[in-house]
Amino acid sequence: MPEDPPLLQASAIGKQFPGVRALHNVNLTLSQGEILSLVGENGAGKSTMMKILAGIHAPDEGAIELDGNLVRITNVREAQKYGIALIHQELNLSDNLDIAANIFLGNEPHKSGVIDRKRIHRESAQFLKRVGLEFPTDTLVADLTIGHQQLVEISKALSVDARIIIMDEPTSSLSQKESEKLFEVIRDLKSQGISIIYISHRLGEVINLSDRVVVLRDGENAGELVGGEITHDAMVKLMVGRDLSQFYNRTATTLGEKILEVKGLRTPPYPNNEISFSVRSGEILGIAGLVGAGRTELLQTIFGVTPAVGGMIKLKGKELMPKNSLDAIDSGIVLAPEDRKRHGLVLEMSVRENTSLARLRRDQKVGMIDFNNEAQLADKMIEELKIKTPHSDQVVQYLSGGNQQKVVLGKWLSMNPSLLLLDEPTRGIDIGSKQEIYKLMEELAASGVAVIFVSSEMEEVLGMADRVLVMHEGAITGELSREQLNEEAIMQLATGNKAAA
Amino acid sequence: MNKNTIGILSLFVLIFGFTWYSNENFANGYNMTNLVKWSSLYAIMGIGVAFVIITGGIDLSIGSVIGLVASLLALAIENEWDPTLTVILLLGLSIVIGLMHGLLITKVKLQPFVVTLCGLLFYRGISRWLTDNQTMQFPGTESLDSFFSGKLLIFGKFALASPFFFLVAIALIAAFFLNRTIWGRYLLALGNNEDGARYSGIQTDRLKIAAYVICSFLAGVSGLLFAYELDSVQPAQTGEFYELYAIAAAVLGGCSLRGGQGAIFGVIIAAAVIRLLRNSINLIGISTHLEFSIIGLVILGGVTADEMIKRIVAKRRSKQISASKS
Repeated sequence: MPEDPPLLQASAIGKQFPGVRALHNVNLTLSQGEILSLVGENGAGKSTMMKILAGIHAPDEGAIELDGNLVRITNVREAQKYGIALIHQELNLSDNLDIAANIFLGNEPHKSGVIDRKRIHRESAQFLKRVGLEFPTDTLVADLTIGHQQLVEISKALSVDARIIIMDEPTSSLSQKESEKLFEVIRDLKSQGISIIYISHRLGEVINLSDRVVVLRDGENAGELVGGEITHDAMVKLMVGRDLSQFYNRTATTLGEKILEVKGLRTPPYPNNEISFSVRSGEILGIAGLVGAGRTELLQTIFGVTPAVGGMIKLKGKELMPKNSLDAIDSGIVLAPEDRKRHGLVLEMSVRENTSLARLRRDQKVGMIDFNNEAQLADKMIEELKIKTPHSDQVVQYLSGGNQQKVVLGKWLSMNPSLLLLDEPTRGIDIGSKQEIYKLMEELAASGVAVIFVSSEMEEVLGMADRVLVMHEGAITGELSREQLNEEAIMQLATGNKAAA
Repeated sequence: MNKNTIGILSLFVLIFGFTWYSNENFANGYNMTNLVKWSSLYAIMGIGVAFVIITGGIDLSIGSVIGLVASLLALAIENEWDPTLTVILLLGLSIVIGLMHGLLITKVKLQPFVVTLCGLLFYRGISRWLTDNQTMQFPGTESLDSFFSGKLLIFGKFALASPFFFLVAIALIAAFFLNRTIWGRYLLALGNNEDGARYSGIQTDRLKIAAYVICSFLAGVSGLLFAYELDSVQPAQTGEFYELYAIAAAVLGGCSLRGGQGAIFGVIIAAAVIRLLRNSINLIGISTHLEFSIIGLVILGGVTADEMIKRIVAKRRSKQISASKS
């Protein structure tokens, strides 16, 4: 007698984006009432996989079966019909509508076009009860906290009879308490027979919650863990493809003069918080914290793209208040921004034009571009940083994430900076490039550059930083030396719990 | 020469050949002289607006700036101002107009469409008010006449007119600026990705202002050329709709309204295509009432073909990349 087919079976899924192979031969199964976690580094393909299941992307290859029947999910509505709901990291609720209207948005029961309000509110109340949210159904969504809004999203999924609820980084902007509440709801849904696919970077949560874990790496299946096998080390090993000790080998360094000193700096989004710290030559300083902690804004202020509200910045002992990025660049501060495509590169220009963009001013001959020099510079950077491109005239849009990031770094290294700011330097790039970027950070530090990097990847912070500043709501909540570094301490500080450190 | 320019050049050759074949009067010296002259005038405006379009902006005020400059020139001549001084002042005025547009767009952060639409209305109104909306004639007798509307006989009846020489000079400078100088590169970069350019230390506001200044300045130059060419100015009509021809030439010539793309030579040929179409419609005997429709269709066809080709190229490229990876 054959076994019952699983609720969901995705086999040999492949997906290609211009210049990137997002997924290749990925398999995934899910049983009824199971909590499956999908983990992997940024760019490993988790989100793409989920978007395929939810009908946002169509797979190029592979098959999806539900209850053993082959299905083709071509849009979100169809996914809903099959009982699959995706809850995005960025919630998709309409702030200006009340809870009930949001739950039934696009699915309003009506009598010849007129919405049946009574039914909406009556049924919404039942869904809210199932997720343990005790609010009147006519509360405006704008008046709810993010945690509560998330529960409204889940209610919305329940309203379309979802059998599979996919949650993409649901806790990324939740407080500890809200997260725990969410976990309770998830377990409750499981007991009601609903299957959950849970995507998270927070491995602690994953261990806590999952029946099974599927690990993706570079768009392929890297392994699967069940029950007791689900440990922090096992997951990380699958995620990075080797032992951590081989991956990060930052060794203690001798520090030089003070390169950057920040005193009482106030950034536009948090004008009431004063930030003070310093970095020395040869040092790699990590800045950790949750999304929205003000880390990116801090780097942007030092780089001059969002001028400071107050405070002081000293570079090599000289006071400096950059009004724009040109001021910062001219004094030796450069930034590889978080949003590479929007801020770091001119996507439709070539590798050559991108690497020279900041340097053109220096190399100009009475306003004219020195084309020979420009080509040489590009070739030099391609060789030094091992940028994989057919030639320097390739448009950067068609390079992989890792190579794009190397182009950004090439642009800045050609300027011989004294302070290198990196905002999520390895987001969305493959393991190989990642390791090369870590090596580069070390080499630059060894050559006397001061490096500050912001990262949401715990492993990276633990592995690369000589010292870590943790931020919470625009303020530095603590500083950890290499000896004090551990995930627990960082998380405590990142959620605003100063006493723990 | 890029693919787009080759495409538009082929279109030009096609229409040129067809008209030549269909009408014996097309290729005579007189008609050719006019065709080159008017194409040059359109191309000068087109180059101006190309700079603005490259930044991702738009300038709708060109026709009204032309009208204003032409009207003021006529007024000054009527009042016996020194022609040279007048010309210098009018070019200065057009620079100031561009500067105002640029400042409103970058510093006050108004949309280019809105700023220059208001410009379109404002300058036209001023022209009509200052001249009492009277048509003004000025006989081509003053000293600058041969400079702005002279002719150089080449052979037979074919002559090259002043606007052509203006265009050659302007096009050479513009192409050099766009392709050889760091500011041209910056302009293309900011048109593609303004934030990306800003994060690379480029002072994007200044460059955008410069683009609007160039555009208005060239509109001013065109205004002088038109006025001297026609020896008559109608404040309500001179230059009317010309911004649309200029924008059409820039777009057909390979500037994307999304910004970041542009080739001077393409704009010139595109301007010539538009003039050539008008000429052909006349000579072939198609109702001139259809003129706008035909020009509209040709431009639409041109940009559609261009978009299709781009898509095919992009698809092939991404396929090549995936093939090389697996």
